[in-house]
Amino acid sequence: MMIPSPWRADFPAIAALQRQDQTYLDNAATTQKPQALLDALAHYYANGAANVHRAQHLPGAHATQAFEDSRRKAAHWLNAGDCGQIIFTHGATSALNLLAYGLEHLFNPGDEIVISALEHHANLLPWQQLAHRRELKLVVLPLDVDGLIDLDTAASLIGPQTRLLAVSQLSNVLGAWQPLPALLAMAKAHSALTVVDGAQGVVHGRHDVQVLGCDFYVFSSHKLYGPDGLGVLFGRHEALKQLRHWQFGGEMVLDADYQHARFRPAPLGFEAGTPPISSVIGLGATLDYLVGLDQDAVSAHEAALHDYLLKGLEARNGIRLLGKPQLALASFIVEGVHNADLAHLLTEQGIAVRAGHHCAMPLLKSFELAGAIRVSLALYNDSEDLERFFEALDQALELLR
Amino acid sequence: MNLPADAVTALETFQAAAGWEQRARLLMQWGDRLPVLSDADKVDANRVHGCESQVWLVGSLENAHWQFSASSDARLIRGLVALLLARVNGLSAVELRQVDLPEWFNQLGLSRQLSPSRSNGLNAVLQRMNELAG
Repeated sequence: MMIPSPWRADFPAIAALQRQDQTYLDNAATTQKPQALLDALAHYYANGAANVHRAQHLPGAHATQAFEDSRRKAAHWLNAGDCGQIIFTHGATSALNLLAYGLEHLFNPGDEIVISALEHHANLLPWQQLAHRRELKLVVLPLDVDGLIDLDTAASLIGPQTRLLAVSQLSNVLGAWQPLPALLAMAKAHSALTVVDGAQGVVHGRHDVQVLGCDFYVFSSHKLYGPDGLGVLFGRHEALKQLRHWQFGGEMVLDADYQHARFRPAPLGFEAGTPPISSVIGLGATLDYLVGLDQDAVSAHEAALHDYLLKGLEARNGIRLLGKPQLALASFIVEGVHNADLAHLLTEQGIAVRAGHHCAMPLLKSFELAGAIRVSLALYNDSEDLERFFEALDQALELLR
Repeated sequence: MNLPADAVTALETFQAAAGWEQRARLLMQWGDRLPVLSDADKVDANRVHGCESQVWLVGSLENAHWQFSASSDARLIRGLVALLLARVNGLSAVELRQVDLPEWFNQLGLSRQLSPSRSNGLNAVLQRMNELAG
């Protein structure tokens, strides 16, 4: 059965990669970009770049207008409504570090921060280091056999000492939706702040921060078909009031003299220095493009491709999946074959997949693995991409066995 | 500079190889022929960090000539390391410092294995060898 992607031609890099005999299946790391984004970047730079929020001149007004339009579009993408604000950062990692430093004053020795065993280093290390700085306890929620955060154990670990819960919506290794509603409810019952790492989740389907009810939601632009160097932090108004200023510099200040300063509230107070203006404008164009797609058709396509991927992997001997992937990606190892050898031979055949620990070393260690191969999908992939991957996999395994 | 005999063999074999498949088979053969590294040498102090697989490298000067031994739990990197040792074992300290190792892999048709984004660890092995060689 063929699964063509009706959106493939919207992404010019896919054809370019194909001309180089490359099949791109590393989309959980970063994605190719739609023509709409390329056009927006070219338009901005060709028609007059300017800094935002500073100048009274016309180019500055145009740039600021486009910049703030993107903020509105990002809020709309998450259905933030009037419940909060969008802060632009330099990446999802920056956003999580902003939270770990900006909320630091709320923690006292002995308080607990709760994360899960599947966190990407970006949603582990900022909290781990905060815990070291403030003598806090970092509580790690274990996973069940399917790779989901175990709710029974979570119920016993999230308690009155919990000040903050930070969890991923969708693991970049296991590819399964985490039970966020139940976890967020547990945290809220103890008045803990809640942070959702949506870096992978935001790319698949639409999410509603009002329904989720989290205090903060973080994602990175480049994984959502947008430019790199840009992260998006949604914060609920009440939660943002507790966030202290972290990085200091241009345009985040209300009033300054040599010895003292007063700072702006969110969002500008948390966007010190010149922001990644072109990337913000580019993300706006990407979001316009994505909003124009039939979301049900995209979800159905991604589900069909994922099913095709799983069936193909299951049809081959000796392949062991990590967890029980539901969508977007599958990580696996092959019994008796070193993942570095397999990665080497897939690379030789022009298959762009990821091998290694996927920036989640503790998770891989818990599987007692040094690494795994990850195939991750995007809306422009089709069944031919997967066929090329399977052919290369068979060739590689024939050589290695 | 005269090439060691093993290096001459490696060069002839790899330059005659057609396509990735044959190169991969050859790499695995070379890896399989690498003398076994004793467990006593497979210790953390000899680990080359920065590799996806476990790689160990030990080296010492014997009668003023370098003798390296190495191993890995992955087969293709073991082959790459075997090709490296074929080029450097038996060289004097001065000769080792003069040898252009990236160029060696280039001549073998394996330069892509040294690209900075490759995490196979060959770069890390070369760096470790430089450290050992002073």
